[in-house]
Amino acid sequence: MSEVPGDRKYSGEHEWVQLLDDGLVMIGITDHAQEALGELVYVEQPEDGATLAKGDACIVIESVKAASDVYAPISGALAEANDALADEPELVNKSPYEEGWLVKIDPSDPAELDELMDADAYSQFLAESSG
Amino acid sequence: MPEPIIFELSAPGRRAGGHAPASPPAADFPAQYLRHDEPLLPEVSELQVVRHFTRLSQLNYSIDTHFYPLGSCTMKYNPRVCNRLAMLPEFIERHPLAATEHGQGFLECMYELQDMLKAVTGMTAISLTPMAGAQGEFAGVAMIRAYHDARGESDRREIIVPDASHGTNPATATMCGCTAVEIPTGPDGDVDLDALRRVVGPATAGIMLTNPSTLGVFERQITEIADIVHKAGGLLYYDGANLNAILGRALPADMGFDVIHLNLHKTFSTPHGGGGPGSGVVGVNERLAPFLPVPIVGRDGEQYVWLTEADRPQSIGRLSAFMGNAGILLRAYVYMRLLGADGMRRVSEFATLNANYLMKRLQMAGFEVTFAERRASHEFIVSLQSITKETGISAMDFAKALLDRGFHAPTTYFPLLVPECLLIEPTETETRQELDAFVAALVEIRDLAYKSPDTIQAAPISMPVRRLDDVRAVRQLDVVWQPDNDPTE
Repeated sequence: MSEVPGDRKYSGEHEWVQLLDDGLVMIGITDHAQEALGELVYVEQPEDGATLAKGDACIVIESVKAASDVYAPISGALAEANDALADEPELVNKSPYEEGWLVKIDPSDPAELDELMDADAYSQFLAESSG
Repeated sequence: MPEPIIFELSAPGRRAGGHAPASPPAADFPAQYLRHDEPLLPEVSELQVVRHFTRLSQLNYSIDTHFYPLGSCTMKYNPRVCNRLAMLPEFIERHPLAATEHGQGFLECMYELQDMLKAVTGMTAISLTPMAGAQGEFAGVAMIRAYHDARGESDRREIIVPDASHGTNPATATMCGCTAVEIPTGPDGDVDLDALRRVVGPATAGIMLTNPSTLGVFERQITEIADIVHKAGGLLYYDGANLNAILGRALPADMGFDVIHLNLHKTFSTPHGGGGPGSGVVGVNERLAPFLPVPIVGRDGEQYVWLTEADRPQSIGRLSAFMGNAGILLRAYVYMRLLGADGMRRVSEFATLNANYLMKRLQMAGFEVTFAERRASHEFIVSLQSITKETGISAMDFAKALLDRGFHAPTTYFPLLVPECLLIEPTETETRQELDAFVAALVEIRDLAYKSPDTIQAAPISMPVRRLDDVRAVRQLDVVWQPDNDPTE
């Protein structure tokens, strides 16, 4: 069973979202997602200054199996992208919830966080969708 | 590697004199364009070249040596007679700039090929020039764009693609300056019509579909889809990747398609893999005909002629220097002439029979088939998800283990919608014995997955190379060989 930490929210597209102390939100993909994708070879981050709307395909993740879009789980302006992934995309595989974070966003509507699943709901979602 | 690269066989001064150019090099070259260094070429004997490339060819998996059920690729046998006739000296020694009256035979073949392709698709006009499937797709979407532009509707820039579509479809839309809009597939494998209705509108340029789809099933609502898209002002693009399933049985034109591309290297049995060369012929109906790429072969009285920009001012232009991959077009021409209309119907009948036989045999052996309640087209999907969960042996492990058993692996991890999948396409050219042997191999691998998974994880053991580090290959891409003492550095 893949790991689902209790300190953040989750989307149905297998992204996690964590509200930070400074009001920014950090976004990444879940342990389940990195496992399903296989070893990552490339992460294409959004351009500096990008504004993301919830549901936008904003990041492209390429693994040995496939290239997949990551959809913005909430809306906001890009504050920071994890530059370390340019040289070490495998950080997402090794540490999907810590060192392998993707972007930080300044949320335009923090209430969108409430629409996401908590850890229990996401674990349930995983159990149901894998049959 | 069991075979060195050819530069490692090189020794200074060694040469194959029998193949040296007979005429002296051109003397009237401007001095500034003359090179000062010798080109970096291997210095080897003729026998070394023959042995090297013969050995390399023997290391390969190929249709000539192995069953090759690579789903979505239609790896059927390429009859030798097609090669033989396409290589007649009258064809291969014809200069592409020769006067048309000196190449009437070749032009007649191309003209008849255009006509035969019209007959098997129902389209009203054909252009043979695209050099490969990707270029055919490019031509198709470029024509859709040109059509909307010509009608003053340049805001139509959205191309709808189902999530099961070939990855090339959204890529083509993007290359042509359009935006790809993805729609989901319903649980039964057909396009989600409600989702389609939600996305069509004044920005819709068209929709790209494969039918049968990449999921190996026939899209049953195709006429409704055509209706929805046409009413919204968009056009229908048929990706001919899976034409083998319906050849001679159903016409893309009858389904409502406005433009199609055909991979002659799939359905019409010209060589492919290893670079082909391919051929991505395009066909259109009346409304897109003015935009076809040139040249097209036309007829002027008794003479066959090239139709060029002068005859077709609205053409999207040229995609190849002359007539596409002419040798490949000739092979497809011979193939179609050999089979005739009846033979082409039998192609799709046996392609679907083989796929359904193989699907049933695998189901009976306990494998999980996706869309099991539906009949397979010319290909079908096996999901190994439950075996992977129970044993840790993945679809990729099965693929590698098949290589040791004398079978090229099916397509793995595509379509992306189905986890741990194999996409299997046997084609019409395989015997029942071969299909039975393939089932036996998959059963044996599954047994070993439970009893001794280590042996499967170690596969392949009999190939020239074992498991390659595909992650490192992408992360540290290195595809250009250089000598240790490279003089050009």
